[in-house]
Parts: sequence; structure tokens; C-alpha cells
Amino acid sequence: MATLAQDRQGGEEERSGGSMLWIAIRLSLLFILLCGIVYPLVSTGLAQLLFPHQANGSLLKDKAGNVVGSELIGQSFADPSYFQGRVSSIDNKAEASGSNNYAPSNPDLLARVKASIAAWQKDNPDVPIDRLPIALVTNSGSGLDPHITPQSALVQIPRIGKLTGLSAAELTSLVDAYTEDRDLGVFGDKRVNVLKLNLALKEKLGK
Amino acid sequence: MDVLQIVIVIGMLALIAKPLGNYVYHVFSNESNRTDRLFGWVEKPIFAAIGLRHRAGMTWKRYALSFIAVNFALVAVSYVLLRAQNGLPLNPNGIGGMEPTLVLNTVISFITNTNLQHYSGETGLSYFSQMAVIMMMMFTSAATGFSVAVAFVRGITGKGKTLGNFFEDFVKAHTRIFFPLALVVTLVLVALQVPQTLDPTLSVTTLQGTAQQIAIGPVASLEAIKHLGTNGGGFFGVNSAHPFENPNALTNVIEILSMWALPAALPFMYGRFAKNGKQGWVVFSAMMALFLVFLTVAYTAEKSGNPALEALGIDASQGSMEGKEVRFGIAQSALFTTVTTAATTGTVNNMHDTLTPLGGLVPLAEMMLNVVFGGKGVGLVNMLMYAMLAVFICGLMVGRTPEFLGRKLEPREMKLIAVAILAHPFIILAPTAIAFLTDLGKGSISNPGFHGISQVLYEYTSAAANNGSGFEGLADNTSFWNITTGLVMFFGRYVSMIALLAVAGSLVRKQWVPETIGTFRTDNALFAVLLVGTVILIGALTFLPAIVLGPVAEHLTIRQ
Repeated sequence: MATLAQDRQGGEEERSGGSMLWIAIRLSLLFILLCGIVYPLVSTGLAQLLFPHQANGSLLKDKAGNVVGSELIGQSFADPSYFQGRVSSIDNKAEASGSNNYAPSNPDLLARVKASIAAWQKDNPDVPIDRLPIALVTNSGSGLDPHITPQSALVQIPRIGKLTGLSAAELTSLVDAYTEDRDLGVFGDKRVNVLKLNLALKEKLGK
Repeated sequence: MDVLQIVIVIGMLALIAKPLGNYVYHVFSNESNRTDRLFGWVEKPIFAAIGLRHRAGMTWKRYALSFIAVNFALVAVSYVLLRAQNGLPLNPNGIGGMEPTLVLNTVISFITNTNLQHYSGETGLSYFSQMAVIMMMMFTSAATGFSVAVAFVRGITGKGKTLGNFFEDFVKAHTRIFFPLALVVTLVLVALQVPQTLDPTLSVTTLQGTAQQIAIGPVASLEAIKHLGTNGGGFFGVNSAHPFENPNALTNVIEILSMWALPAALPFMYGRFAKNGKQGWVVFSAMMALFLVFLTVAYTAEKSGNPALEALGIDASQGSMEGKEVRFGIAQSALFTTVTTAATTGTVNNMHDTLTPLGGLVPLAEMMLNVVFGGKGVGLVNMLMYAMLAVFICGLMVGRTPEFLGRKLEPREMKLIAVAILAHPFIILAPTAIAFLTDLGKGSISNPGFHGISQVLYEYTSAAANNGSGFEGLADNTSFWNITTGLVMFFGRYVSMIALLAVAGSLVRKQWVPETIGTFRTDNALFAVLLVGTVILIGALTFLPAIVLGPVAEHLTIRQ
């Protein structure tokens, strides 16, 4: 009797070894479906239903209703009468993202920053370089940073004033109006969205 | 303001960790409680569908076999899906199939919860791959790690004979933790401007009238589980530095707490299992003490900036802004960096390659220690392994047989622990040396000088710690890097998991030794100090020479 019971136990052990694999396979397939298909599709449905503007990239429109980009994605402003954003090694091409990944000890970093400073001096002869904020001559992590620091906007006012004819006071109040506070008053840093600021500048000039 | 916002985030974590730890305990204690009624109706059909009738407890071998079988099945399906992605649905941007060594690297990377990425999401993956492979593995690898950690804790604390049922743990980790949290975090992130759409890349005309293509997709749902599961692989190449993945400081805080809360809650879950809350506090305090030291170094180094740029005469008072985003500034960047490598998530909101040498040392050192909170489950398990080592060393000093939680630690356990502890430096330092000996390895270094050493060291450390962040200048999408880091990730995950499950399996069968006055206590401040000391001692002995050659040497160079 004892041996019979043992045999049966052994047999069960073996059978459940096979069934363990079978459970593992069924579990895997089910969770590929749940985590990989159901979850993202339900998320997309709810997001599109509840927050369509945010879910579709927070697109920004001008007064005429034309889309001019996403408020979250930086743009390149070649025209010096606009406020300039941060250095972007990918020229704000948002089909990809990235930066030079220069180490602090890399001589190429030094060369690139020196070139940015030289270009700044050419365009902004009235502003000494000890007022040039580091954020304006360094590459953002994403290469798509939509913001600059308030300081970085204010130092561009002399140049823009000269090119557009707007007074320093007008431009300063424009920058102030577009300076966003820290989130909830504490998190992150104060910042200016370059695209929003330039959109306002453009509309002010009636361009 | 910088210090204040950091303190607030740490404060929020401290408030969440303990209640969350209690909740996780209730999920896995398998005693009936209120959460059963809430989730039972979802789980019953799942158990029925997979044919799990008995939910019997498993021996450690059976537990290990089950999780390996599930991981293997997931890898096999994912391999096929990635190779064939060009022919599958939801590929509006017409992305091609993936090259075999890159697929191999990617599937290992995601199933091991590493999320090292040698591809760039916006150009390398279809939406279907992002969903059915990447998001899917983000859930399943996290649930696997969680289950193994729970099994380990059951083994060292329980009086039963088994470690629990892997399939049941795996299902519950999804239904009671990851699914509900991920859905909530997804919707909050979308409300705060993270996109979630299946539309193809946007084409817009910029303010200046030029054309701009903007990659987009189901970002928020990936973001949520990427952090909750301490995965770290980004939807886009630059990860959470991308304004779509992390549009403002508020989303940054949510992402930090998402990746940090569960690892920080696990010590408290362990305390509940051990029926001694103080045990949990000891582990949590040891982790937090190490964390605060690392955070201070990272913040100070980044705030002081790069002297080479300061020497050019510009206003560098903001700190080192190369590779950082304005909306985060130094405080939110340094905090994110310290948390992502503590919780071994590997998501980045600034480019770690561009960190100042001492700022870059912090993530490197955290991954080398691999116990400062740690990834889904792994950090707790590693810390408990160090706790056993600490008990063992103290036992040797006073000449007593070491005991941990009422069980004797004997040669078999210590041998397994030694394997797990030694495997980690071995799979970091040996491949680093190999990479420097071959042109295949050396040729990928992008930054000259001592920083080049850091780049290679960081890559293998990140792979071994299953972190996944990188010094991304390294040109790592080559067969050499795909295969070597693939192997390192594989061994980094499974060697220690299996060794430690074996430890748990061996302890669970041992006689309970009643506590006496001579028992060495593991639930007081003295032990917390000894624990931190053991971690630092082992870490310094193994890694100090490598760190001196990389970040420390670079630091001295740019100070000249």
C-alpha cells in the first residue's frame, strides 16, 4: 500500500511538472495580451476622451488659428530679432532627440562653447559676456528644450530692442508676462517658454 | 528653494513608504483581507484561464524554475515580434525590422528589468513594439523581481516549508499593484501634458515658417510603468529629458516618486513579514543614510559647475547646465539622477555623460553598491544579503555561530551569498578590462582622457546592476557591445536571484533557534551602522581602484 501511495505521489509530481510549464506558457501569453495590448489601448482611449489637447502633443496656435508647433518642443530661431533658445546639436529636429554628450573634460565642449560665446558677442555687442548665462551656451539634454531661464531672456532685450524698435520697458514686461513660476511655487526652476514668448512678440509687432 | 524642494520630495516619500509597505504585505501575505474583495473578481478568471487550480506552495527550485520558464516564454515571443515589427500592425511611421544582435540585447535588457537601450525609440520601434514588447516586459519583469523578493522574504522569515506560489504572486503583483497604479499615473501624466496617442509623427510649420517633424506616440502609458516598475527605458532616445516624457517639474516629481515608492516600501513589507517592524526600519534607515550622502555629493558637484566653462568668463552661477533642461534646473536634475540609480531604474532626465566628474561618480557608485533602495525587489534582497554577511562577520569576531532572524547561517548559505556578492564586481570589471584590450571596445569611446574609462565602466556597471542608464556618448549599438552587455545583464539578474532563492530555500527548512540574551540583535541602530559599514567596506574594496582611474582622475584634471 505504502509503495502504491508513493508511486502515485511521484506520478503526480511528474504530471504537475508538465502542467507547470503549460501554466507558464498560458500565463505568458495572457499577460502579453493584458500588459502589451489591453493596458496601452485602454490608456489611450481614456486619455483621448479626458484630455485630448494634452494627449495629442499640446499644440500651440497663433491668433489666426494656425498651428505653429508644440508648446513643449523647442524650435530654432535663426532671425536675431526673435528670442533665441538653447544650443541644440540636432537643430531642434524633433523626429529624433539627443545631444553631443560631451564630458566636462572634453576639449570639443570647450570649443563649442567658445564658438557660441563668439557668436553672442557679434550679435550682442552691448552686453558684456559676464552677463551671458551659462544656460544659453550649453546644450540641453534633449536637444529640444523649449525653455530658457528668465535671465537668458532679459539679456537678449538690448539686441531685440535695436532690431524691432520696441523699448526695453515693453520687452521687459513681455518677458515678465511669459515668465512661468516654479510648479506649485516650489518645484523646478523659473522659466520662459521661447516659442510662446516669440509668438507674443510676433503678434505685438503685427508681423 | 533648491534644498526645500528636495526636502519636500523626500518627505513625501517617507510618508508614502510605510503605508505602501503594509499594503504590499497584505497583498502577498496570502491571508484573507479587504483587498481580496476588491481584486478577487479580476484574479479568479485569470487563474482559471492559465489553469492554476491549486496555488500550492513551491520549493525554491520549483519557484526558480517557474519564473525562468515564464521569462523564457516572454523573451521568445518578444524576439519574434521585434524581428518582424515592420510587418506587424500599428507601425504608422514605417519602421523596419531590428538587427538580430540588437534584438537579442533589447529582449534581455527588458526581461532583466535593465532597460539598457542600444536603439533610439522614435526611430527604432513601431508603436506595436513599444506596447507589446517594451511596455509588456516593463510590467512582467517588474512583477517577476517583486515575486522573487517576496519569496525570499517568506523564506527567511516564515515558519512554513515553502516560498509561496510564483504564478499567484506574479498575477497579484499585476492586479493589485502595477495595473491600478499604472493606470492612475498614466492619466495624471496625460493631464500634465504627456502625450498618449496612436497618431503618427506630427508635421508642423514653425513660427519662422520652416517644417518640423515631431515624434509622438503612446508615451504616457509607457512612462507610468517605466517608473513604477523601475524599468527606465525611454519612449524616446533621450528618455525623461524629452519634454514629451517629462514636460515639467511636477511630472518630474511624480516620476521620481513612482520609481522610488515601491523600493522604499519593501523594507517595511519585510518588517511585517518578520513580525518585527524594527527590522524594516533598520534596512530603510541604512538605505536612506547612503542615499542622503550620495544626493549631497551629486547636488553640490552639479551646483558648483564645470570650472573649465567658468574660466571663459560667462555667468556660470546656475551650475553645470550642459546636458540639463531648464525646467528642472540643478535641484530636480541631481535628485532624479540620484534616485534613478538608487532605485536602479535607469531613466534619466539629464545626460549622465555630461555630469561633472563627482556628479557622475554618484550614479556609478550607487549602481556598484546596488543596495541603496534598489530595483523591484532586488535592492531589498541585496541589502538582506549584506545583513547576513554583517551578522556573519560579527559572529566571527565574537566566536559564535551567526544567526539571522532565528536561524543559523551555515557554510552552505555563506557560500551562496559569496557567489552572489562576488558575481557583481566580476561581471563589471572583467568585461571592462576586455573592452579596453580590444579595438571593438575601445573604438566606441567618444570622450577622450579619463572620462573614456568612466564611459566603459559605467556601461557594464549599469548592465550588471540592471539599471540601464548610460554615459550615452558611447557608441554602443555594435555587435560587440550588444552581445557583451547582453551577457552581463543576463548574469547580473539571474545568478544573484537564483543564489538567493537557494539561500531562502535552505533557511526555510532550518530549525528555529529561540532568541536568548546572547543573540546578536539585528533590529537596532547599532546594526544599521554595521550594515552600512559592511556595504561600504565591500564596495570600496572591490571598486575603489576603478573609480580612481575614472571620475576621480577626471575631477583632478579639470580642476587645474
